[in-house]
Amino acid sequence: MLLKRLSEAMGPSGFEDEIRNVIREEVTPLVQDIRTDVLGNLLVKHGVDKPGPRVMLDAHMDEVGLMIVQVCENGRENGLLKFRALGGIDPRVLVSKPVFIGEARIPGVIGAKPIHLQAASERRKPLAMDQLYIDIGARDAKEARSLVKPGDVAIFATQFGEIGEGAIKGKSFDDRLGCALLIEALRESYDLPLFGAFTVQEEIGLRGAQAAAYGINPDIAIALEGTVCFDVVGAPSHGQSTVMGAGPALTVQDGQTIADRRFLDFMIHVAEKHDIPYQLRRVKGGSNDFGAIHKVRAGVIGGGISVPVRYIHAPAQVASLDDFNNSLLLVKAVLREIEQGGFSL
Amino acid sequence: MAGYKHLETLRELVTLHGGPGFEHQVRDRIRTAFSEYTTDLRVDTLGNLIGVVAGEGEGPRPRILLSAHMDEIALVVSRIEAGGFLRVVQTGGFDPRTLVGQEVYVHTKEGRYLGIVGSKPPHLTAPEERTKAAPLEELFIDIARPESSVRKLVQIGDRVTLARDVYSLQNDRLAGKSLDNRTSVAIILETLEVLKKLRHTADVYVVASVQEEIGVRGAATVGYGVNPDIAIAIDVTFGDFPGQAADEGFELDGGPAISYGPNLHMKVFRHLTAIADREGIPYQVELSQGPVGADARAFQIARAGIATALVGIPLRYMHTSVETGAYRDIVACGRLLAQYIADVDAATVEDLSCY
Repeated sequence: MLLKRLSEAMGPSGFEDEIRNVIREEVTPLVQDIRTDVLGNLLVKHGVDKPGPRVMLDAHMDEVGLMIVQVCENGRENGLLKFRALGGIDPRVLVSKPVFIGEARIPGVIGAKPIHLQAASERRKPLAMDQLYIDIGARDAKEARSLVKPGDVAIFATQFGEIGEGAIKGKSFDDRLGCALLIEALRESYDLPLFGAFTVQEEIGLRGAQAAAYGINPDIAIALEGTVCFDVVGAPSHGQSTVMGAGPALTVQDGQTIADRRFLDFMIHVAEKHDIPYQLRRVKGGSNDFGAIHKVRAGVIGGGISVPVRYIHAPAQVASLDDFNNSLLLVKAVLREIEQGGFSL
Repeated sequence: MAGYKHLETLRELVTLHGGPGFEHQVRDRIRTAFSEYTTDLRVDTLGNLIGVVAGEGEGPRPRILLSAHMDEIALVVSRIEAGGFLRVVQTGGFDPRTLVGQEVYVHTKEGRYLGIVGSKPPHLTAPEERTKAAPLEELFIDIARPESSVRKLVQIGDRVTLARDVYSLQNDRLAGKSLDNRTSVAIILETLEVLKKLRHTADVYVVASVQEEIGVRGAATVGYGVNPDIAIAIDVTFGDFPGQAADEGFELDGGPAISYGPNLHMKVFRHLTAIADREGIPYQVELSQGPVGADARAFQIARAGIATALVGIPLRYMHTSVETGAYRDIVACGRLLAQYIADVDAATVEDLSCY
């Protein structure tokens, strides 16, 4: 299953080899041209000879992860691994989680001092990243070094699966859901030159997308994302950002982008015309690749279509299949409308 | 591999679910495992599974109890909130900080449902919030269903356990949930495997006890009901880890920990260490200064008093979903207990009351 393959593949920012290979395998039969650029973005072309505006669909391949920075040598630390985050991870979600390290997927666990040995006051304080270790079961540093070295990256060992009613759970829905939308959209042909960019290093500052957009030089770009959703008990309406199950989320204003009003209105019009539910993303925090893309060269018009993801950047994330399917309908409908001249540049 | 007869049994046991008071699924699997060694099996009123492996010779034979609790720490649904999110309370001791982002199962009358303990996205988290750890009351479980459906499926009082695969780390170490105390069930099985090839006069009572995590309740009726001469509780202890005191952390692969202190009978302790020395089995000594936090606490004062011991393997990250222990320690502990049992005779028992 495509979503499972994408969700479980390894690819922290700057280390996207495995996920890139998975996506390359999936899209090669679907497109006319496929290449990688110097940063590692995977760029595909579809209908290049067609007339019309150059449309870029973007989804980032990278995920938040961890990097091993030290193999500990001394005393009770002997053989344990110190690590730092690659991308935005709240250290409070790390305790008691299994991880896979490196290409060989060496299993390890992030443990904590047992509750029996903690003072009540300690339990109210989060464990900071520098109090945590990854334990691969090595007896000492020498053994650990034979399997893992500083610089190796680690990902959550979460399995993809179904949960509840019409929902899925897994790691890295940000942005493997976007990658899946882009792959699915490429299964159809459109009467316009379509460029797909599976980008690197979004989680550390939208870096791959900037180079990809320069290279593609699109007229219109749409970032496909898994975005923040916190529609849970106790969260005030204004802090929820999006609601799971309420349809694809359209960016109005986030940390990097103020939506182009004309393009936003166009996407809303398309959603309403095709009877596709949608919602507006209601917080300013966070961003997506369009934040970098719209400032490239002389500027690019476009926006973002996102699937709401609960517990984003945590080991087990939740999304609605309806939201995913409606996002795909909206992406395809927007392309069809552009194809038919529905949006004038 | 020699001495690894029950590794797969253990891998299975730690993916089964059984919090205090609802151990039936785990008990059924252990019953199957025990029945390879004895057909004399019963379950007492509280749910303890009790089997007997008879010794040789005419009675009265020494009676030795090997007991491992089979329950695991769990949570109980205490409230269904707007939106269908579940609030929970403890039945066993979780550090709430280890639950954030954790996958769990909610066990209902209709079946079990996967859930996730929610976490706030870092994008929406203010810097001052990051310095606080949420208490259990503030955590919630999301089973990804609409509120109306949740209210139909889930009842107050439904139990919640950790959902976690078991992972094979280096050196035959396993990481997963409920290694506290299913590793000790594996020790009983490995003991019986070794014992098959040894001669022993003692009748061996093998027990998987209930409700240890909420206060050694199953052990109280086991002690009374079995009334052994020697009761050996098998339970995990703390693996060494940075930030723990020297006497509160034991080396993985360093062999079983044998407990010493007022709760434990001095002669049984000395006999166990003497056997380990004789057989070249590595072991570590755990010191205690009062009643221990294990079934041995109840055994010692059951009926008119029972000579009690406590052994078990060191476990890192106890009471989390990634408890980590070494199978080699399980094998070593099984050898130790089998050799000890073979060495016990009527005179050993008589000597226990001579001070």
